Amino acid sequence: MGKLIVSLSPHAHGTDSVEKNMFGVVIALIPAILVSFFYFGLGSVVVLLSSVAFCMFFEWAITKYMLKREPTLTDGSAIVTGLLLGMNLPSNLPVWIVIIGALVAIGVAKMTFGGLGNNPFNPALVGRCILLVSFPAQMTSWPMAGQLTSYLDARTGATPLAIMKQAIKSGDASILDKLPPATQLLLGSNPTLGLGTIGEVCALALLLGLGYLLWKKIITWHIPLSIIATVFVFSGLLHFVNPVYANPLSEILSGGLMLGAIFMATDYVTSPMTHKGQLIYGIAIGFLTVVIRNWGSYPEGMSFAILIMNAFTPIINLSTKPKRFGEVVKKLINKGN
Amino acid sequence: MRLHTFKIGGVHPEENKITAEIETRNAALPKVAIFPLGQHIGAPAKPVVKRGDVVKVGTLIAEAGGFVSAPIYSSVSGTVAKIDTSIDATGYRKPVIIINVEGDEWEDGIDRSEKIESIAEHPELTPENISDTIKKSGITGMGGAGFPTFIKLCPPPTAKAECVIINGVECEPYITSDYRLMMEHAEEVIVGLQLLMKATKVERGYIGIEENKPEAIKLLTQLTADDSRIEIVELAQKYPQGGEKQLVDAVMNRQVPAPPAIPVNVGAIVQNVGTAYAVYQAVMKHKPLFERYTTVTGKQVKNPGNYLVRMGTTFAELIRACGGMPEGDNKVLAGGPMMGKSVMSLDVPVTKGTNSITILSGDDAHRKAMQPCIRCGKCVEVCPMGLEPYLLATLSANKLYERMENEGATSCMSCGSCQFTCPSHRPILDNILQGKGVVMGMIKARNVKK
Repeated sequence: MGKLIVSLSPHAHGTDSVEKNMFGVVIALIPAILVSFFYFGLGSVVVLLSSVAFCMFFEWAITKYMLKREPTLTDGSAIVTGLLLGMNLPSNLPVWIVIIGALVAIGVAKMTFGGLGNNPFNPALVGRCILLVSFPAQMTSWPMAGQLTSYLDARTGATPLAIMKQAIKSGDASILDKLPPATQLLLGSNPTLGLGTIGEVCALALLLGLGYLLWKKIITWHIPLSIIATVFVFSGLLHFVNPVYANPLSEILSGGLMLGAIFMATDYVTSPMTHKGQLIYGIAIGFLTVVIRNWGSYPEGMSFAILIMNAFTPIINLSTKPKRFGEVVKKLINKGN
Repeated sequence: MRLHTFKIGGVHPEENKITAEIETRNAALPKVAIFPLGQHIGAPAKPVVKRGDVVKVGTLIAEAGGFVSAPIYSSVSGTVAKIDTSIDATGYRKPVIIINVEGDEWEDGIDRSEKIESIAEHPELTPENISDTIKKSGITGMGGAGFPTFIKLCPPPTAKAECVIINGVECEPYITSDYRLMMEHAEEVIVGLQLLMKATKVERGYIGIEENKPEAIKLLTQLTADDSRIEIVELAQKYPQGGEKQLVDAVMNRQVPAPPAIPVNVGAIVQNVGTAYAVYQAVMKHKPLFERYTTVTGKQVKNPGNYLVRMGTTFAELIRACGGMPEGDNKVLAGGPMMGKSVMSLDVPVTKGTNSITILSGDDAHRKAMQPCIRCGKCVEVCPMGLEPYLLATLSANKLYERMENEGATSCMSCGSCQFTCPSHRPILDNILQGKGVVMGMIKARNVKK
């Protein structure tokens, strides 16, 4: 006869696991990855593959040789960080820069703080932003569509966000006429403009991913919806007051907004724990994004907005409590007395 | 129509009600019966027998040891072998009375006929003598917690009872003893409810049953058609609906405030189906509490089933009757997999609160490997008390007990939804319970000082 096992309750466990959540995110990214292959071809393959490979390598090497612990690559978190970092880079970025990004993301932003679950900032975004300030030229040249076999030599162009910025700077609303129509932004198929980072091309593919994440209950609607709605309302107001600001539909469909709202801001580790907190966090990200886009020096503010709010997450957690059971009744009773 | 349920949190564990359609059988008489003196919340009972005394089925062997306490009756006839200590389901050695079983002779007053007595046939019953009989018969909550029933029937002067709710939820996986009781003794359960309503002088009664027991809902609805005061409430399936506060929320849409408030503060008196049946037997059949319905179950148990068990029978004997322990590692639970206690020895006896013996085998017996907390917030989402389990667990691990108290640790009812749902398989509830113990101690010490 075997052993008699003794432990505290509960003795049953649900089927959820870290792996399920991580690989769920990977599955949700598939439509966007396929679209990026379709638009960027070789460049997308090289950047994504090298990003994933080097994120995994750095995680393995650091856990094994510096922390001297059992490597935990199987939990899937390094793959997710690698993919998300790659999605946030332009497809004509040299591999050596991608490697630096992977080292910063995994080495600096994740493992220094103790690995999975302990990093205060989103690793992929830290990687991207360090690259953005270190290699501003390479990080802001955006290849145009239809160059499936070119990589570093791809022809580049301005993105819709750059056009919006130009309109605000010059105060000339007619510049905005160059913006592609909303349907093109949704599908990512504008032929004359730069397409942005690998992951942000096609809002539709990202929305498909959102559907999957919600269906599998990996994330809830609170963060993505509050970000998108805030950006829509705030930029809509600006557009209404002064048409030099782009229309709200173009704002939410261009740049890294969808990618950020759906995949970056919803990172478990760096976002608030309660629904109330998640709404505050999402609204603040949306607000900051519009501010940076319109009045900051960079055309895109999503990454910075998320990182700023990552810093506020602990304090949001402390100040937003879920509604305790019986709380309402207690207040009524107290009033009665 | 959307079914009633509680409003915050909750999880959906796999049901595994494999014994639902198996009719209840009488368990064999034990050779030795063990009666722990503390099988209820409150002071342990005091023995009134000594070594060598001859007892019958239904003889008082221990009297209440205080106001919050309950007497214990023998479930067997025979001779008192000794008064000793023995391991019970909590894992501690506790004082027990051990009786060697000889024959099966019952006390004279107990009515063993099958006839169902209705409340109309007994005009002599008053609220006072019903409560008194319940107190004297040693009835405690049969759903597991084991709070003496008569105390719930006399609410504090600041509260007023408005209704009695019978808990027929049985939201724990595996367990089917309450369901079998509702199917096999529905009429007695209803009379039990009527007696409880009379004892508490209320004109409203509910029986809350989850949607996964349609037969029981149908049967009880039919049988209560002629009593307009009683309503059968069909509830959506969700764990932990059987928690008292959750059930009151689901049935009456009222939320009981944080401790020390109890359900009667919002007008509800909640009793388990098994308790209602015990009340019927005590009042109408003069039969004190000494046997109960218990499910013996598990995926790898050869002959799982539902049994009418004499209390004091050991787990080992019941498991043997069901085909013995499965091969390999096993975890034997007094109760179900969500809140049951895993026993350290099979020699622990069935007591008033043992609604099930659940055997988890193989992989089910072991916990999964723990991973780092990924701060997904799913524990916060499922907590039915609206707490933040991850925070309480961390505070407890860091010994920050004052903050734990401020974060509502005493509201935790150990339902285990947080740990059940945690993708990193973290021992959240272990940590919370450890810290909650310290917090309760702090509160007690503070009250003593005052």
